[in-house]
Amino acid sequence: MVDFIVGKYNYWIYIVLMMIGFYAMIGKKNLIKKIIGMNIFQTAIILFYVSIGCKKGATLPILGHAHGHAGQAIQTSAYINPLPHVLMLTAIVVMVATLGVALAIGIMIYLKYNTLEEDEILKAVK
Amino acid sequence: MIEQAPVLIVVIPLIFAFITPLIGWWRKELCYPWIILSLTLSTFCSVITLLTVINTGVIHYHLGGWLPPWGIEYAVDYLNAFVLVIVSFTSLTVAVYSKKSVELELPEKTIYFYTVFLLQATGFFGIIVTGDMFNLYVFLEIASLAGYALIAVGEEGAPMASFRYVIMGTIGASFYLLGVGYLYMTTGSLNMADLARLLPDLYGSKVVLVAFTFLIVGVATKMALFPLHGWLPDAYEKAPSSVSALLAPLMTKVSAYVMIRIMFTVFKPYFSIEMLPVTTILSWIAAAAILYGAVMALAQTDLKRMLVYVLLSEVGYLVLGIGLANKNGLTGTILHIMNDACMMVALFMIVGAIVYRCGNREISQFRNLHRRMPFTMAAFVIVGLSVVGIPPTCGFFSKWYLILGAVDTSQWVLAGVLVLSSLLNAILFFRVIEYAYIEPRGGHDNGGESLAVVREEAPLTMLIPIISVTAGIVLLGLLSGRIVSTVIQFAIPACF
Amino acid sequence: MGVIVSIKPLLAVLVTLVAAVLILFTGERNRNLREFWTLLASIIKFSIVISMVPLILKGNIIEYTIISLTPGIALQFRIDSLGMFFGVLASFLWIITSVYSIGYVRSLDEHAQTRYFFNFALCLSATMGIAFAGNLLTLFIFYEILTVATWPLVYHKETEEAIMAGRKYLVYTLTAGMAILFGIILIYSLTGTTDFKPGGFLSGCGSANILRFIFVILILGFGVKAAVMVLHEWLPSAMVAPTPVSALLHAVAVVKAGVFGCLKVILYVFGPELLHELNLWLVLAYFVSFTIIVSGMYALAQDNLKRRLAFSTINNLAIIIMGAAMLTPSGIKGAIFHMGSHGFMKITLFFVAGAIYVKTHKENISELDGIGRQMPLTMGAFAIGAMGIAGIPPVCGFISKWYMALGTLEANEVFFLFVLLTSAMMDIAYFFPIIYSSFFKKPKEDVIPCFNEAPMMMVIPLMVTAIISIILGIFPNAFFNFFNIASTAAGKILGGM
Repeated sequence: MVDFIVGKYNYWIYIVLMMIGFYAMIGKKNLIKKIIGMNIFQTAIILFYVSIGCKKGATLPILGHAHGHAGQAIQTSAYINPLPHVLMLTAIVVMVATLGVALAIGIMIYLKYNTLEEDEILKAVK
Repeated sequence: MIEQAPVLIVVIPLIFAFITPLIGWWRKELCYPWIILSLTLSTFCSVITLLTVINTGVIHYHLGGWLPPWGIEYAVDYLNAFVLVIVSFTSLTVAVYSKKSVELELPEKTIYFYTVFLLQATGFFGIIVTGDMFNLYVFLEIASLAGYALIAVGEEGAPMASFRYVIMGTIGASFYLLGVGYLYMTTGSLNMADLARLLPDLYGSKVVLVAFTFLIVGVATKMALFPLHGWLPDAYEKAPSSVSALLAPLMTKVSAYVMIRIMFTVFKPYFSIEMLPVTTILSWIAAAAILYGAVMALAQTDLKRMLVYVLLSEVGYLVLGIGLANKNGLTGTILHIMNDACMMVALFMIVGAIVYRCGNREISQFRNLHRRMPFTMAAFVIVGLSVVGIPPTCGFFSKWYLILGAVDTSQWVLAGVLVLSSLLNAILFFRVIEYAYIEPRGGHDNGGESLAVVREEAPLTMLIPIISVTAGIVLLGLLSGRIVSTVIQFAIPACF
Repeated sequence: MGVIVSIKPLLAVLVTLVAAVLILFTGERNRNLREFWTLLASIIKFSIVISMVPLILKGNIIEYTIISLTPGIALQFRIDSLGMFFGVLASFLWIITSVYSIGYVRSLDEHAQTRYFFNFALCLSATMGIAFAGNLLTLFIFYEILTVATWPLVYHKETEEAIMAGRKYLVYTLTAGMAILFGIILIYSLTGTTDFKPGGFLSGCGSANILRFIFVILILGFGVKAAVMVLHEWLPSAMVAPTPVSALLHAVAVVKAGVFGCLKVILYVFGPELLHELNLWLVLAYFVSFTIIVSGMYALAQDNLKRRLAFSTINNLAIIIMGAAMLTPSGIKGAIFHMGSHGFMKITLFFVAGAIYVKTHKENISELDGIGRQMPLTMGAFAIGAMGIAGIPPVCGFISKWYMALGTLEANEVFFLFVLLTSAMMDIAYFFPIIYSSFFKKPKEDVIPCFNEAPMMMVIPLMVTAIISIILGIFPNAFFNFFNIASTAAGKILGGM
């Protein structure tokens, strides 16, 4: 059991982070806190992706000449999987964009209603 | 040139979108013809793509020449070629329509509006055309981000509605991304065709089950399926008219397409139907969505808000067909993707036209509207009849296939729900028609024509798209047999 | 005996559709031109329909497929004798009604005349489509168009009462439409086709219970427009509509479309053999017998003339269905012929009600004392129509009732003969007092006891229909072989047995 938890600690951390973010998005009333929650939520997913690319004892996926001779078969287990990391570069861009849009909308709301508390805004809208 | 068509559909609006602000700086009024040009080209490419698919079969387009599963592949078969044509035509129509309403509602932001509008279209095209799970996520987010921005510039309360949409949309997209991650963990592939080949051996795996669940929930959030619909009514009601006209018909349809893709292409139908009772669950949720949407719509006094709830109910139809998971049900869903796109785009354009002329959307204020805007209201009647499902309009035929699908699987309750919802829709639309057309009189008043109302029809750039879509609704209804036999029957997974 | 492909049925449907559009665009600016379109379309339509009669009489079937709607079903017209009969009836009466309507709306200076004529034309297109439909789905498509197109005519007056009547009409007919749709889908799911076939195409498909269920929902669905009792409530309410509407739509097109649908279901979908096998014909006959008797009683209690006529319509429609439900040659022949003869007689009666209303603004029977002295031609026509409905020779109602009575005997069901006779007695009981009081009672003060008729545009049509009723009674074949068409239809259906 301990092994199960400790051995896969990276996944546990991602789940915990994700739940924290999820709670903030749903439960918090303040819009900035929601945005922060959203960011935590997305970062957790990045962690998840990063950890699925990892292998124990593997190194960066760069084929340097120092590591072997030309013509020698490449040991895939010696390198971590680069694809999830690359995917996350794209995902980070998407997330930054989302964050930007969310913050921009937050500013719009603040300028209009002079508050960032959800219940006060909803009162003002009605 | 022709073999590049699948990628051109996406690339043209993308590049045009980046040039739009430049053009706007130079000549503000050129933005409008510019996006029309762009979407016309995309529409043209999508029609070519559909014809190529019909003539030669599935198109595989490898971006940058990289072979799948390493490179990104655009795979176009009957299903997405068909949806592409629908989406490109709809967005072109809305683009033509948007001119006047944008000038009225967003006078200072026209340049940026058109830029984001094109990005929105790019997102839709990308979602449909791609054959790669992660690429789909990126386009889904492009479409959503553009949508957040477009909704936020709407009327009073729109920023808050948009903010809620951002939160819910991000949750949905993130769930989708998680699902893709789990699939990648087990198979090491992101290509849909490749996944379809690799997955059957792993159907017992819990990771695959979790991935499937995340994918479906994520997509259901994006398409606002009943319990996950909370963001939709406010967002689409408060958005500018032409934005509602673009988003309401397309976002839901594109998500329905993604759902079909995931359930029946990436996963084999027997997984979605037998190994997990997903289709059964979905069909009951869909039934609830249909009734919920229709009942909530009954309670509205604002036409646009009523339509938003009708839209929720239409999402139910789409999912119900998927949930029935038989030939007729899926035919109904795919046909309904087309029909409902037409009906919703027409309805939201009509509301926009009414707002443009009268400045309000309260149904009770519609007296004499048929004198003021005779063509718009005539279009409303026809589209309304189509939503109710009166033949020969196209709405009837999707209902026909859906009910047939429900009867084929002996799902009497679901068939009953479909019938009941038609009646609820009838109440909804005939109520509006009654307000717009009947001028109540006291007692026996036979005195000629009643008070003169100035005819004030919507401007031509609005009226022409409305009329042409309305004519399309009748024509597509009559042609539906042909559409089913030439396209849709091949778009359904072979095992049905 | 052959199938002839001809575009004529489509033209017959389209001609009024085109007229409707022309009417809409001509509008109030030029009333004469607008009315010209109506008359022109009605005459063209009638000539197209008539030109097909000889072919049908030779036993041919005229067919035209427009477009495939779904695998196994096309939007298709296929005219056989029954459809032809209904088509001739509706298109002929439309000419007369058009003349009458023009007189009616102009003398009352009605509002929204363009809408009125537009919807009228639309209704006729739909009725033609129903008459000529080659399968259930085509029939249903036109049936629903008819439903929607009639609605503006029902609420035409736009009073509180009329709007409520319109809503009631929609609730009844749209719900019924859904029932029919459901039945059609069940049939399609069982057999993969919905093409009409004389003698039915359903036997041997599906279990007895599911077939019974389909029969019940289809008959209830079509029964709403045919105003079968307990589903009839919309019809008396819809009598707030202008009289020509009541005349054509509620004596000919709409209710007859319902009856026509029932006949198609009984004779062309299920067929006599299957109905005998399932024992449904007896159930149906008892069900409509109830309507016949009860609607007669209701009619006795009405004081509003049009409402009394409405209940008499309900009564006669049920008689038609009963005649067909006997499933015997004479019964079917009588039922089909009664569709026509009742059409002529009832339209006369409605025209009379309209003429009285236009001239005197009276709607109630109790106010009609002595009116025959003022409007002798009108009330004379009323007397002819009333005699016909009661089945007194030489008016054509006698012939159809005679055959239906024969039909009950052929089926060995004397009970239904008594039902038929009782209803005839009731017809006399609720119509003859009107005739008596209008001619022989002392006029009330406001009746002018000298000749003072309604406009000629109205009197001539009602006299024409009254005279035709008598001619048909004496020479049933006088009018384009009217009776022969009916008997060919009956022969075809039973030949399939």
